[in-house]
Amino acid sequence: MNTTLVKQNWYKRNEIAITPWLFLVPGLIMFAIYVVFPIFQSFRISLFKWDGLGSLATHGEYIGMANYEKLLTRDRSFNISLWNNLKWLVFYLASIPAGLFIALFLNQTVRGIRLYKSLFFFPFVISQIVVGLVFTWFYDPQYGLFNGIIGFVGFKPLNVLGDPTLSTYGVIAAGLWPQTAYCMILYLTGLNSVDPEQTEAARLDGAKGIKMLWHVILPQLRPATFIAFVVTVIGSLRSFDLISIMTNGGPFGSSRVLSFYMFEKSLSEYGFKMGYGAAIAVILFLIMMVFIGYFLWRMYQDEKATNG
Amino acid sequence: MRSVLKATAVSLATIVALAAPASAELTGNLKINLDTSNPAPRATMEALIAKFQAANPALNITTNVIDREAYKTQIRNFLSADAPDVLTWYAANRMKPYVEAGLLEDVSDMWADGTDIAKELASTKGALTVDGKQWGVPYTYYQWGIYYRKDIYQELGLSEPSNFDDMLSNCEAMIASGRKCYTIGNKWLWTGAGWFDYLNLRTNGFNFHMQMAAGEIEWTDPRVRETFANWGKLIRMGAFIDDNQNKDWQQSLPFMIDGSAGAILMGNFAVSPLREGGLTDDQLDFHQFPAITAGIAMAEDAPTDTFHIAANAKNKDNARAFLAYIVSADAQTEMNNGANLGQLPVNSKASVDDDKFLNKGFEMLSSNSPGGVAQFFDRDFPAEMAQAAMEGFQEFMIYPDNLDDILDRIEGVRKEVY
Amino acid sequence: MFPKPIEKSSRTWQLGYQALLPTVMLLWLAPLLAVALFSIRPDSDFLVGNYWGWPSSFEMAKNYGMVFGSAMPRYIMNSFLITMPTVIGAVALSCMTGFALGVYKFRGNLLIFFMFIAGNFVPFQILMVPVRDLTLDIGLYNTKTGLVLFHIAFQTGFCTLFMRNFIKALPYELIEAARVEGIAEWRIFWFVVLPLMKPAIAALSVLIFTFIWNDYFWAIVLTQGENAQPVTAGITSFNAQFRAMYHLMSAGSIIAALPPVLMFFLMQKHFIAGLTLGAVK
Repeated sequence: MNTTLVKQNWYKRNEIAITPWLFLVPGLIMFAIYVVFPIFQSFRISLFKWDGLGSLATHGEYIGMANYEKLLTRDRSFNISLWNNLKWLVFYLASIPAGLFIALFLNQTVRGIRLYKSLFFFPFVISQIVVGLVFTWFYDPQYGLFNGIIGFVGFKPLNVLGDPTLSTYGVIAAGLWPQTAYCMILYLTGLNSVDPEQTEAARLDGAKGIKMLWHVILPQLRPATFIAFVVTVIGSLRSFDLISIMTNGGPFGSSRVLSFYMFEKSLSEYGFKMGYGAAIAVILFLIMMVFIGYFLWRMYQDEKATNG
Repeated sequence: MRSVLKATAVSLATIVALAAPASAELTGNLKINLDTSNPAPRATMEALIAKFQAANPALNITTNVIDREAYKTQIRNFLSADAPDVLTWYAANRMKPYVEAGLLEDVSDMWADGTDIAKELASTKGALTVDGKQWGVPYTYYQWGIYYRKDIYQELGLSEPSNFDDMLSNCEAMIASGRKCYTIGNKWLWTGAGWFDYLNLRTNGFNFHMQMAAGEIEWTDPRVRETFANWGKLIRMGAFIDDNQNKDWQQSLPFMIDGSAGAILMGNFAVSPLREGGLTDDQLDFHQFPAITAGIAMAEDAPTDTFHIAANAKNKDNARAFLAYIVSADAQTEMNNGANLGQLPVNSKASVDDDKFLNKGFEMLSSNSPGGVAQFFDRDFPAEMAQAAMEGFQEFMIYPDNLDDILDRIEGVRKEVY
Repeated sequence: MFPKPIEKSSRTWQLGYQALLPTVMLLWLAPLLAVALFSIRPDSDFLVGNYWGWPSSFEMAKNYGMVFGSAMPRYIMNSFLITMPTVIGAVALSCMTGFALGVYKFRGNLLIFFMFIAGNFVPFQILMVPVRDLTLDIGLYNTKTGLVLFHIAFQTGFCTLFMRNFIKALPYELIEAARVEGIAEWRIFWFVVLPLMKPAIAALSVLIFTFIWNDYFWAIVLTQGENAQPVTAGITSFNAQFRAMYHLMSAGSIIAALPPVLMFFLMQKHFIAGLTLGAVK
């Protein structure tokens, strides 16, 4: 009785210090087990030669930095993947201006505009698997709508997904579809909170069109642009589903990106190289960390500003 | 040692028991993983399992059919984690990594001298042997070769080619008539590997091919280049359908059906969809891949599909009984007949279904393949080697001029793998 | 308002805009409409190459019937059984973490918060091999539970970001007033904060539902076969089974895409609120 009382008092006295930890524990444990530790484990696995069929301890062979050395010096598939990641990064960003453009187009108050807005947003809601299938048919060299269209304009038919110089762009274009929808919705919300007085004031000063957009509207849309930038960059580096459905990395490995190459090396039909795959994953992780770091730094600045 | 003896005794007992099923019905569970996801093979397997169930009503059988392509990546997961008792897979190098990782059950006892399996399945024993032990049983095999539109050949006055020059001149006639000679869908890479297998087997022979599989020959070797030179002749004359790099094999069949391509190099499993597509046996015929280098013994690809027991299986006795049932002459006859798998039975006492293509294939393999029988490129070559090489084949079929680069790359992988 | 409201422009402009809207929308959704069209065609249309013309007959009932006769309903069921618990789990956990990080000042608060955010953005591949091994080791490989546990853990990162920012924006005076009255901290969470979080919970639930429903990568890494795989993975085996049968593949795709689409239309307001949190300050 006495001890519980003491305990209670102790708890009571420290309630504000202890409570947050009690609330954090379940989430932290889950997150540590499934996210934090695995990252370190992957770093470790990347130093081994391991086929993944037995445990790492018994079947793995420690080879130090050999996986990285091979990746960085004499693996052409890795170079192609890295290069394609860069293409993804650059061209995927097109979804930001495209999203802004559509948002501006839809930012009206005519009848039924709400329905239009949601229909435009549609592609983001359906899974990338379905998007991938749809675009694969769209590009079909024989029957696809794509060749129908460019044929109509007078171009020769293309086998987009079968051409090593085009396949990556073909997949990126498919990815742009849902991503543009995403950016569009971010900008639509952003446009909602654009200060009408500023706009009117600028209008009275004779600003309109592009000039108005650039000098008055875009600065106010900066939070939306920032989020759009972050999700687009992360999305581009995560691209996997579309590639796996549309080209399976082909033809002859020309549309691989790191995330796909990693999966291929470690878990696909002919891949038994867990250590090598982990090394690819680590490199992808480090690239991603640059952007995550930037994002966190920006958030940190915001936090300081609001708290300080 | 004692446990091995014990296991052998137990399994012998079950095999004996199976011979007299009425006296000892199986009980407990049996979990089967199948990769036979295409409609016809799926139905066949399910029917056979139903019969096994009927003979053993007390046995609780669960069957898990997994998509054939997905199965190839999932096998490693379920073997270690969620092991079934019985599973389908492929012979030779394709099963080797799992054998080496200790994930498959040693079933040498079932193959011991004097058993029915040893007597009736002798010809396939080699394909299931690693380190002198057997790791599963075969359940079907099938020939590869050229399936062609007989009616189109006749219309153009062509006959089955007996050597490479015939093959080329046939092809020229075919192209002159506005058709392609061969259809192929090479998105998943293995169809192109079939072409490499045959061109290499015919250009350099079975032993050379197997030396390559063992990593003993450089890919930049002039003899290998000779194989590619022959292949290049076909590619450059436009023998293959366009855009084959992103079609799967099923998508390549309509070209054959509508007559815009005259033939296909494929395994016998292509016959059933071609028939379903509307081709009659008068239109569709089969011939052996013609000779290229004179004097080289003909050798064939005849992949063997197999059943194994997982090392982590919980019901190994039931599993052994099931394997014994699957390879029995009756089950083999039924499983492989034209209405079901439409392939060749592995049991010498089983009868080959009276089907035009099966008869031709059986005859070819039993009497006209003196050079030897290969499993298939991705079963004979180690996985990483196969992947890199097949990607090279895919590129070569579209850009034959990149050959030097392709071979250098494959050779680089060979140096790493072996 | 920008751009200039259309009703303030000339009549022709207004009519032009009204006409442009549906046209652009049709173009934008053309790929989807094509699939919808495919899914009601008879298979003979594909054999004769009639891909884009008027369907020779309408076979909606037959095609969709075939899909429902396949393993598709099981995959859809699996998707629900994976998605629902994940939504509940991730939202519950993040209500707690968000509360802890949004209300209390303590050392390491920002560090933990940033760890959740960073974790939410890491590439899946860096987790793949260890998570797969872990799932194998605890015997949850190829189970819905295994997939759910991982999804909950991973989504906690994003959800915490969301919840913490939401709670941070609540009036802190409410909590202080409650403390003055001597209410225990957990009761403050339950009776003061949680009721105010309803819109955030709704928004997050819809969002996570869509994310998890559309997950493909983890589905193929952690599950196999009909007993556990969700519909995104199922559709690839469905397609392997009906390869080149475009009418069935299309019907299958449409059915697979339907639940998140319905969810979106029913809960649109919440969905967009969730998605754009942080886009507006």
